Amino acid sequence: MLDTIEYTSPKPKVIAGAKHDWELVIGLEIHAQVQSQAKLFSGASTLFGNEPNSNVAFVDSAMPGMLPVINEFCVEQAVRTGLGLKAEINLFSAFDRKNYFYPDLPQGYQISQLYHPIVGNGEVLVDMEPGVARKVRIERIHLEQDAGKSIHDMDPTMSFVDLNRTGVALMEIVSFPDIRGPEEAAAYVLKLRQILRYLGTCDGNMQNGSMRADVNVSVCRVGQYEKFAETGDFSHLGTRCELKNMNSTRFIQAAIDYEARRQIAIIEDGGEIKQETRLYDADKNETRSMRSKEEAHDYRYFPDPDLLPLEIEQAWVDDIAASLPELPDEKKARFVTAFGLSEYDASVLTADTANAAYFERVAEGTDGKLAANWVINELFGRLKKDDKDISDSPVSAEQLGGVVKLIKAGDISGKIAKDLFEIVYTEGGDPAKIVEDRGMKQVTDMGAIEAAVDEVIAANPAQVEKAKQNPKLVGFFVGQVMKASGGKANPAAVNELVTKKLGL
Amino acid sequence: MSIDIDTARRVASLARIRVEEDALPELASEFNAVLGFIEQLTEVDVEGVEPMTSVTPQRLKRREDVVTDGDQQDKILKNAPDAREGFFAVPKVVE
Repeated sequence: MLDTIEYTSPKPKVIAGAKHDWELVIGLEIHAQVQSQAKLFSGASTLFGNEPNSNVAFVDSAMPGMLPVINEFCVEQAVRTGLGLKAEINLFSAFDRKNYFYPDLPQGYQISQLYHPIVGNGEVLVDMEPGVARKVRIERIHLEQDAGKSIHDMDPTMSFVDLNRTGVALMEIVSFPDIRGPEEAAAYVLKLRQILRYLGTCDGNMQNGSMRADVNVSVCRVGQYEKFAETGDFSHLGTRCELKNMNSTRFIQAAIDYEARRQIAIIEDGGEIKQETRLYDADKNETRSMRSKEEAHDYRYFPDPDLLPLEIEQAWVDDIAASLPELPDEKKARFVTAFGLSEYDASVLTADTANAAYFERVAEGTDGKLAANWVINELFGRLKKDDKDISDSPVSAEQLGGVVKLIKAGDISGKIAKDLFEIVYTEGGDPAKIVEDRGMKQVTDMGAIEAAVDEVIAANPAQVEKAKQNPKLVGFFVGQVMKASGGKANPAAVNELVTKKLGL
Repeated sequence: MSIDIDTARRVASLARIRVEEDALPELASEFNAVLGFIEQLTEVDVEGVEPMTSVTPQRLKRREDVVTDGDQQDKILKNAPDAREGFFAVPKVVE
């Protein structure tokens, strides 16, 4: 379905150095917390914000003799995510231990999937603007355990450790280095988040840390990337640095921009980039080396002897595939073709499933384009003003659909419709009944309009003379008639009558 | 592959096992003996042999996505050398 909307690739971002122009090459590793009730290998809850150390089983605190037992639903969620990213699903995968020491990792190792991940190559179409999108290839998705949380600012000499998050299932989604600028990187994260939310496999809440990104950045001279793309030979590219643990798209953009300029300055000065892990400091807007991580990079992976390989059946994968919801790209394409919307409007309405479902109910049985206008401009505008979400909109989709149907049928003018919308928004009620009860119906009775036009012409002889010289003044009469009718006259009919009566 | 004293020191440090400086040469030589044995194993032709993951045919045991555990803060913290306000308290780790 990807090809129903045609697109071209965006231009890579070019940064001018002191000597040359440079391009960026970016790959992302996204850690997405799997939406599940219980943890990946224990029966403890995944709920965010509970009392510290209350969501902890003895498996999570790594008590001797405890053995991990895999949560089948977490596996299903990873498979669902893979299918949503049009990726290969590996029926055979296996778990490995990644060894390192840190107080919030009681096991002394993280159970992960280095050698045999559950999901292989896939792709994400990253929309930049209507008609422009980057296809970013996914290298793999593997399942792994999250670590606990360390808090360093509660005591001057101690760090405090909470193991509630320890052992919660994560999907690490690894992209190929297909991303060519800070804006693309941010758009990629947002698109991935949108897909995960559609799938219901991750809530995408970056503030709570449900989605975090490690960003690999390198720079190269213009033209080098094409050589790399052709040969797959990384020697055409620069040395990369990894920016760890980013949890905001705004910071991701700023950090990439800073890091690229830092690397360019070093290379143009005749220096060399050292491959390393760096941390972004948002307060100072700079990245710094995390030297402590260098030694720890020797993770001494080996297959986890506590866990047999994870073998799943194709029939099970097929069942999950059959239950996939309509995904953002498909929904957007359908909104464009079925409702005649612009790609921009379709993007806005398909940003999340709640908006999309609301719009579809408004548009049911009426003009889709008109419905889209009212949802996007009037409703979203009004909700934003009140800082409200679509889920607590005072106007139901059926009510807004009623307003749109009244406009479409010519029962009310656009101006009256705005008043009507405001009444429905603040007081509630059935739009058709409100129009009837309060006499808001557009006057299409030509006799009545004609009488009003005659009256206005008779009352303004001076204006009549002026209008005969300058036909643009016809608007004055239309305005007067509309005012006299309380906005209920059909403006097109009024305009036509006035023009005719003035003999213009 | 041969393990020298520096590598032995590094492996011990990665595993957070304290090994006194004068014990390192012997540790290195033990590592070399182990690796020597493994090298011997690699002489066996295992072409086309699936890695054995279990003695009897078994399927990885699965669990339903139901909360059945936790809610035992006191037990979790019971063996901690230091705990405050529900947290484990450890010597400060700073990035």
